[in-house]
Amino acid sequence: MALAPEEIKKIAHLARLAIDDKDIAGYAHNLSNILEMFSQMNAVDTQGVTPMAHSQDLTQRLRPDAVTETNQRERFQSIAPQTVTGLYLVPKVIE
Amino acid sequence: MYHTKTLTELSRLLQQREVSAVELTQSFLARIDAHDKTLNSFITLTPERALEQAKLADAKIQRGEAGKLTGLPLAHKDIFCTQDVRTSCGSKMLDNFISPYNATVVDKLAAAGMVMLGKTNMDEFAMGSSNETSFYGAVKNPWNTQAVPGGSSGGSAAAVAARLVPIATGTDTGGSIRQPAALCGITGLKPSYGRVSRYGMIAFASSLDQAGPMAQTAEDCGLLLNAMSGFDERDSTSLDKPVPDYCAELSRDIKGLKIGLPKEFFGDGMAPGVRNVVNKAIEQYRSMGAEIIAISLPNSHLSVPVYYVVAPAECSSNLSRFDGVRFGYRCKDPQDLQDLYTRSRGEGFGTEVKRRIMIGTYALSAGYYDAYYVKAQQLRRMISEDFTNAFKQVDVIIGPTAPDIAFNIGEKTSDPLAMYLSDIYTIAVNLAGLPGMSIPAGFSNKMPVGLQLIGNYFDESRLLNVAHQYQLATTWHKQIPENFK
Repeated sequence: MALAPEEIKKIAHLARLAIDDKDIAGYAHNLSNILEMFSQMNAVDTQGVTPMAHSQDLTQRLRPDAVTETNQRERFQSIAPQTVTGLYLVPKVIE
Repeated sequence: MYHTKTLTELSRLLQQREVSAVELTQSFLARIDAHDKTLNSFITLTPERALEQAKLADAKIQRGEAGKLTGLPLAHKDIFCTQDVRTSCGSKMLDNFISPYNATVVDKLAAAGMVMLGKTNMDEFAMGSSNETSFYGAVKNPWNTQAVPGGSSGGSAAAVAARLVPIATGTDTGGSIRQPAALCGITGLKPSYGRVSRYGMIAFASSLDQAGPMAQTAEDCGLLLNAMSGFDERDSTSLDKPVPDYCAELSRDIKGLKIGLPKEFFGDGMAPGVRNVVNKAIEQYRSMGAEIIAISLPNSHLSVPVYYVVAPAECSSNLSRFDGVRFGYRCKDPQDLQDLYTRSRGEGFGTEVKRRIMIGTYALSAGYYDAYYVKAQQLRRMISEDFTNAFKQVDVIIGPTAPDIAFNIGEKTSDPLAMYLSDIYTIAVNLAGLPGMSIPAGFSNKMPVGLQLIGNYFDESRLLNVAHQYQLATTWHKQIPENFK
């Protein structure tokens, strides 16, 4: 199954990845080959098989809803690209 | 000549006070200084912190409070968060990321008194089988610097093989401990899923990722695994199971051990030189009293497509956290929020990471979810059940770790599918969540060949026993590349 350049642009948009126009053909080629490889899976009938999310099939553990971590905002924000008065700064969203 | 000694031997020297932790640290730092320009196996070195930790370890030893690992040097793969030290995951995205906390594995090994020398190079976000996708450049194989060390834990494998450090941590999502261990001629262990905490280990594919030791010998791997393992409430998939002493059964006789050889692992895909070495290793086990039994893993040939649906799907979700807002790389002069996200991610991630995010995004998108993701998860169960059936007949499964010896740098970078096939024998083990090892078993064209051992769930002790018995009878694990003796 071959992916068209338009489809690559759509996937990149869904994944929020800026892709250079000159790279689109390369991605289309490689991704198409990978999808082609996936078609091997169709040779096996999997009807009725329960999908396996991970090896231990455990249920999620629960814990009491109690505070276990202390507030470390300043420390965590010291590695942020841009902050002001304790807030993360991003470009203006609403005019 | 401390570098020629195993971790276990160095531990004895420390306890007998024939060497101090500071001396060991200085000696290995000097080796890194002398040799790592050739190999590029480290991304970050932490000599000051190492010497501080070594001094504390020496004080502990003086007071008689030392454990077996106190004062021993190690390196962490740069995927483990280390507080106040850059944790890059081999990516431009995290080139400026100074972790505010430690991974559980880092905490546990520091608490055991180990001395961290630095952080090792790796494929970007652990996505690769050659260590060529690192933002910090390719790592060279110490046996032939034209060749790759394997990946993604290629820096750890090269550093241990060149004896720049006695032991290192690695992580294995589809073979990333075992394949570089094989290509560099060292011993590596991927534990059962859930055995070692994933907290603070930067996530690639959460249902597959598992950390483990990379060292010269099985005995050394057991020693480190003892300290790495255990329940962690901060990892929701950590298993609350007691940790045995992984060194307790090393010396058990393997007479009568049932070894399974999956016929699917001995097909055309394996290079003749590798086949030769693996067959000799099987004969070695037979001569030690093991019973060799032919088995079948009928769905294992589908491991590669299943893995390249499941792992990228999980990666596309995990890596959505890198958005240029709270930490990591941010593009210059973003025009709006969308531009901030897409350019930070587009510029911060390398080609292979972007490729996998796109595969995963596609496989999870509306209209394709059932055909790719659900189908792969169903096949994953069938692959896993093949192993369950096999372990009704045999104690361990043996085969090649990788289909060929280390390939040359640049040889497979333009063909991702060819690269993906490097992990054809290791991936099924991750999909099933089983423990697996690679041990040095010989050479082909002067390059090391690894033997893969696969065990049943939580049977790491047996794997280590089977590997240790082989290492008592052979000397492959003692070979050191010529330029690093």
